[in-house]
Amino acid sequence: MTTRLAIVTGRIVAWATRRSGLGGGTALPGLIALRLAPDLLTTLASKLPSGVVVIAGTNGKTTTARLLAESLRASGLHVVHNRSGSNLPRGIAATFLEATDWLGRLDGDIAVLEVDEFALPAVVRAVKPRMLVLLNLFRDQLDRYGELETIARTWRKALDKLSPDATVVVNADDPILAELTAGFQERRCTFGLEDPAVVLPTLPHAADWRLCPRCGASLEYERVYLGHLGRYRCRACAFGRPAPTVVARTVRQESTGLGLDVDWGNRTFAVRSRLSGVYNAYNLLAATSAGVALGLAPETLLPALAEVPAAFGRQERVRVAGRELTLLLIKNPTGFNEAIRLLVSTKRHCPVLIVINDLDADGRDVSWLWDVDLEALRVLSVPVSTGGIRSGEIALRLAYAGIEPCGRYPGVVEALDRWLATLPPEGCGWVLATYTAMLELRRELARRGAAVEFWAQ
Amino acid sequence: MRLTICWLYARTMNIYGDRGNVLALVERCRRRGIETEVVEIGVGELLEPGRCDLFFWGGGQDREQIAAAEDLQGPKGEVLRAEIERGVPLLAVCGGYQLLGRFYRPHEGPELPGLGVFDAWTVAGSQRMIGNVVVDSPDFGEVVGFENHSGRTFLGPRARPLGTVRIGYGNNGKDRTEGCRYHNAIGTYLHGPVLPKNPQLTDHLIACALTLHGWVGSLEPLDDALARVAHEEAVERARVERQALRRFWLLTRR
Repeated sequence: MTTRLAIVTGRIVAWATRRSGLGGGTALPGLIALRLAPDLLTTLASKLPSGVVVIAGTNGKTTTARLLAESLRASGLHVVHNRSGSNLPRGIAATFLEATDWLGRLDGDIAVLEVDEFALPAVVRAVKPRMLVLLNLFRDQLDRYGELETIARTWRKALDKLSPDATVVVNADDPILAELTAGFQERRCTFGLEDPAVVLPTLPHAADWRLCPRCGASLEYERVYLGHLGRYRCRACAFGRPAPTVVARTVRQESTGLGLDVDWGNRTFAVRSRLSGVYNAYNLLAATSAGVALGLAPETLLPALAEVPAAFGRQERVRVAGRELTLLLIKNPTGFNEAIRLLVSTKRHCPVLIVINDLDADGRDVSWLWDVDLEALRVLSVPVSTGGIRSGEIALRLAYAGIEPCGRYPGVVEALDRWLATLPPEGCGWVLATYTAMLELRRELARRGAAVEFWAQ
Repeated sequence: MRLTICWLYARTMNIYGDRGNVLALVERCRRRGIETEVVEIGVGELLEPGRCDLFFWGGGQDREQIAAAEDLQGPKGEVLRAEIERGVPLLAVCGGYQLLGRFYRPHEGPELPGLGVFDAWTVAGSQRMIGNVVVDSPDFGEVVGFENHSGRTFLGPRARPLGTVRIGYGNNGKDRTEGCRYHNAIGTYLHGPVLPKNPQLTDHLIACALTLHGWVGSLEPLDDALARVAHEEAVERARVERQALRRFWLLTRR
């Protein structure tokens, strides 16, 4: 009965928030419903015949979840999926509410849930996933998340709570994840890159894991693909990168997106995607591994992956006032470095606008901007402007990287408009923005008919 | 003129944007025609007396901090102490700052011995002190930054703070002191890129290093327009956050 009451109340709140234009109802209804029925998630998740897949990681959660959910949908399953990226228990509850009718009947076969790093133990305990996908662990918003070791400890708790028949799909190129899941030998499916063509020349400054997670000695990297992801080995103990079950032998960046040759034992899959960048190669590899492990046929999986467009603010293209803009969400040093790597690799000489906010969801501490290798942007030699609440901080960072910012516009929408006016008509532009700045930009672009509201995507 | 900047434990203690401080030192020297070399000295590596003109030491996670504390119990600690006594300028942030005090007492596990350069000690607290900070310093004026620490540092009678907290927590959230100074060494909780936004502090460190080389005079002023913008912006954020906090406090106590 409490469950029924919670569902009805939650649905009314969702309807009311959307109706009143307050937002998409991606959190509040869930928050209220969870107050009324604290075990709501457990109750609803247990109704799914094909169970729950949980996806966690600092970067790539939203994209990977979307790739997997679309592939499952293509096989005819009804998928419960928190596609708006609302990944705290309340957002997940709201997602379930949305898939439930007024009588409390859940329309879903399987759930694909991206989950916040710190919420992972609670969500794992509540929804009892059949599969846990761990993508990576990077330095994120230190003021909110604390030190990396704290997150690693939290994840260990989540792994301890996993039911004994659950599968763990994990990135073998991330040393901390390899160590965290070392005890899952038979139930572990590892994935990793094996293409020397996408190797970085050095470990980036922002690389987080330089020490062996087992013994504390320094790690030796034979190859670095992204951040601290690569082929590593401890100089002192036996710890090293486990040989991945699923391997991306080649990663090709084409003008239309990515092409991956993926080996799984003696099987080979040709994965294609509209997404770009090495970080998306990892996301595709994770989704492929999870999809195949869930029993999806390659004939269903591969075409579905090829069709999935970019998620909210992740390489989205929009047309506004005759200009074509590409939107990139930046959340942390590794994500920002990879965004720059993408910009440079496409060789499109479009002006750049970087919008930095420092609200709670962005991380209030903007120190991370100084860990980003903004120097790499110099080779593009395009005008770079800054905006947002911390337009001054990023402008100063750019100046120290040898890039004199050509415009600095406080505010978000104001920055967009004033910057747009400097672009040639029919020109192109890159917009890199932190979370709340991206939300504000997207809202404004939607108002002007250039993009859709993110919860309606 | 050429300065050697030593970045202590660069690989293990650079938790958040500490590179910005080294960038600021190097760039402000370069703009004045002063050559710099940055040497990184890590755990187990030798520190030669007289080799470095300026030290920078950042913050780290618990494990890295313990490794540094152990490393300094050897001859390296002696050399660093002697260099500070000689007047070599040093900036230590967060974890580095704590280890320059007498000791650090964690929640659990043994007490970490410090170098004792500062008459100060640190006790792990239960609550993290996080937020933008504005400090009034008698020598450096308004200093702005971001703090994020659970350690509470208390100053002994011989310690001189960097300044007084106007907004934020500072050393311990109680006595409104922030940081500590001894000779030309400065310890602070203002982490990450404190030097780019506070060029007066950067120039002080550079000037101290040059003075040790027998240089007399004053540093050529630079165009600091952008640094001032970023500085003001950070002060404004601190102000806005404090107002929001006060409003919340008033609302919850009505």
